[in-house]
Amino acid sequence: MANYYTDHPEIAFHLSHPEMKHLVDLREKNYEDAQKGIDYAPVDFDDAMENYRRVLEITGDVAANTLAVNSESVDLEGPHLENNRMIYASKTVENLEQTRKAGLYGVSMPRRYGGLNLPNVVFSMASELVAAADAGFQNIWSLQSCIDTLYEFGSEEQRQKYIPRICAGETMSMDLTEPDAGSDLQRVMLKATFDEKENCWRLNGVKRFITNGDSDIHLVLARSEEGTKDGRGLSMFIYDKRNGGVDVRHIEHKLGIHGSPTCELTYKNAKAELCGDRKMGLIKYVMALMNGARLGIAAQSVGLSQEAYNEGLAYARERAQFGEKIINFPAVYDMLSRMKAKLDAGRSLLYQTARYVDLYKCLEDIARDRKLTPEERTEMKMYNRLADAFTPIAKGMNSEYANQNAYDAISIHGGSGFIMEYKSQRLYRDARIFSIYEGTTQLQVVAAVRYITNGTYLQVMRDMMAKTPDCELKNRVAPLIDLYEKAVAYVNDANNQEVHDFLARRLYDMTCEIIMSLLIIDDASRAPELFEKSANVYVRMTEEDVCAKSYYVMHFTEADLAAFRAE
Amino acid sequence: MSLKIVVLAKQVPDTRNVGKDAMTAEGTVNRAALPAIFNPEDLNALEQALRLKEQDADTFVGILTMGPPRAGEVIREGMFRGADTGWLLTDRLFAGADTLATSYALATAIKKIGGVDLVIGGRQAIDGDTAQVGPQVAQKLGLNQVTYAEEILKIENGKATIRRLIDGGVEVVEAPLPLVVTVNGSAAECRPANAKRVMKYKYAACPLEVAPEDTRKGLREERPYLNLTQWSVADVDGDPQQCGLSGSPTKVKEVQSIAFQAKESKTLSGSDADVEGLIKELLNEKIIG
Repeated sequence: MANYYTDHPEIAFHLSHPEMKHLVDLREKNYEDAQKGIDYAPVDFDDAMENYRRVLEITGDVAANTLAVNSESVDLEGPHLENNRMIYASKTVENLEQTRKAGLYGVSMPRRYGGLNLPNVVFSMASELVAAADAGFQNIWSLQSCIDTLYEFGSEEQRQKYIPRICAGETMSMDLTEPDAGSDLQRVMLKATFDEKENCWRLNGVKRFITNGDSDIHLVLARSEEGTKDGRGLSMFIYDKRNGGVDVRHIEHKLGIHGSPTCELTYKNAKAELCGDRKMGLIKYVMALMNGARLGIAAQSVGLSQEAYNEGLAYARERAQFGEKIINFPAVYDMLSRMKAKLDAGRSLLYQTARYVDLYKCLEDIARDRKLTPEERTEMKMYNRLADAFTPIAKGMNSEYANQNAYDAISIHGGSGFIMEYKSQRLYRDARIFSIYEGTTQLQVVAAVRYITNGTYLQVMRDMMAKTPDCELKNRVAPLIDLYEKAVAYVNDANNQEVHDFLARRLYDMTCEIIMSLLIIDDASRAPELFEKSANVYVRMTEEDVCAKSYYVMHFTEADLAAFRAE
Repeated sequence: MSLKIVVLAKQVPDTRNVGKDAMTAEGTVNRAALPAIFNPEDLNALEQALRLKEQDADTFVGILTMGPPRAGEVIREGMFRGADTGWLLTDRLFAGADTLATSYALATAIKKIGGVDLVIGGRQAIDGDTAQVGPQVAQKLGLNQVTYAEEILKIENGKATIRRLIDGGVEVVEAPLPLVVTVNGSAAECRPANAKRVMKYKYAACPLEVAPEDTRKGLREERPYLNLTQWSVADVDGDPQQCGLSGSPTKVKEVQSIAFQAKESKTLSGSDADVEGLIKELLNEKIIG
């Protein structure tokens, strides 16, 4: 039987990364849950790894045999509105039932609340598998990770009230965007007022483009400080659908991810609880929420990239023209090899990022129970910085690669790819949003640029180079790092903000490609049978791109901007 | 009401994905080339049992299987999906059983389990396709049976109401417990394995499955539910003469590897007369009807 996990040994490779031992030991806090008698908790590292493999096998099974089977029907039916409530497509309901029976909710939560306590690495892998089967359903399913933010910043009472419900399969949404507050969330206007009589908060206003907006438990960004106009007047609230007060006014008709309901919500005096501290909503909590969501989109992108590659490969193997299978034509295998290289390099970046997130969050969680040692504090800060630096490159690059791979999958199909009966058209439509929501690629560049300017990525590259065993590919990356360093210095020295902003995307691409080259070289050194080809192809692509972009950057001056400015 | 349910399950070679290595040169099934799976219709049966358990948490569901030690995998699979435990009938004396000897062994084990309200199995296994074992078990135990079941609609006052598939439609029947039910592949698919249950039961094993160098022995000592019951012929007080090869009147005389070849072809027009002639011919030759 098809299984999206076991069919792709590349995922198991990343699961067995050498850093996992340290990561899992931290995550399981000396395997204390098993000692407390929780019968599904692992007793040691090997046991934990076995659990991860098993959960991914279940997810791969459900993905291949339920979600993928239902995906076309979900795409055609989509959700609809009935009496101000959102009704999922009928097969989405079946998907929810099956994933609930499989116990795939509350996956990141501590076991004391009924969760599975899986690290982000494993959650991202499961996300990838779900997305490969049905990208729209991945939105609904992976929004469960909003609970991480409630766990981190909510009160113990709120944890006990809400986390077990998520573990049982209730759904979540994060209600941030409004008609006039998209990328610029500081402009959020939804009003939160304290109801002295009922001793609770009340929400009034409108939210727009809310994914899974009729969920059971919402995290809502609202203006609690009257008279304020910026991010410092915003707080985060928990809205429980059981209390009522929020209606779905409209469901958007979208290009892709049809199964994922995008709702416009009206809040009419909706009862809500404050989560965390007032005024910290945007500054702290939404940033945490967004970082988690961005990693989710990176995983969604990798899943779709894999599916697009599989579709392209299968078609190229079957289709014959001019008396020859088209896979044998250089123009076709060039496309396929680049798709695979982007997929493999992007996946490696995703899991490197997920490990950084895990390592810092595990230490942060330990700090909730006890004081960290100075070494642990240093380690936590380092991984926190790396997680912050890697999240925008993992999200940005993988979402772009998913689009490129979906485009190429259609190219390989030729005219058939344009026909609605083939899956590749859905992948193409679904992928388009990846590089838009949770921050467009352009905003990922903004988030990453400070680490370009301050040399964080350059240091990462040098550290990685030092650890990479000598090989031909490594020697080819070395001069690219020099070009990169010069390009960054050139832009810094230009000392002009507009030039800096204009060239940032090129520097960002160079950054990502060099880091991914080093990651895939490392992967190929440990599993040549899986990654040697991709490493070769990817390093060539990086050479092609970094040389061109460094040339572009080094020949650009302030005076050139005039030719580009739009009117 | 809470029930004691035994689900009959068989580990079978996955004959749905037959490759070129599926048969040996001698014409027998090459088991090594075919993955061993939970017989599909037995999974439909398990789902019916688990739905009854959902209605009453005190309902007990156990998996009964016969086979070599590795058939313990079927019991674990069942437990991952929601069954409470299982029993493995394994003994050289059980080997080589046809449907008669198999149903004898299963019936004997069900008696040994005792107090069983409901025995549910798949209609048939994909390796033998006989559909005989379920009915024979009922016969040997002297129980009522409902075959081709699609859904157990309810169990009340000692009676089960069951929808079964019949030619051209469905019928709803009522039958008193204890009862044997065989479930058709058109019934609801089985739920997936559950993450927490897999984590809890993944090391469950029958004694014969455990290798001497097994690293999880300590865990099995601490957690009794990881030790699955394994029964020999003697354990279920069976008569060795009625078990396995000696209890099987069916003997395989010869196995042939048949390669289908195209016969002569006929060309028909789309005229009414030709179509009518074809229908008559097919009816006469009992190909349809």
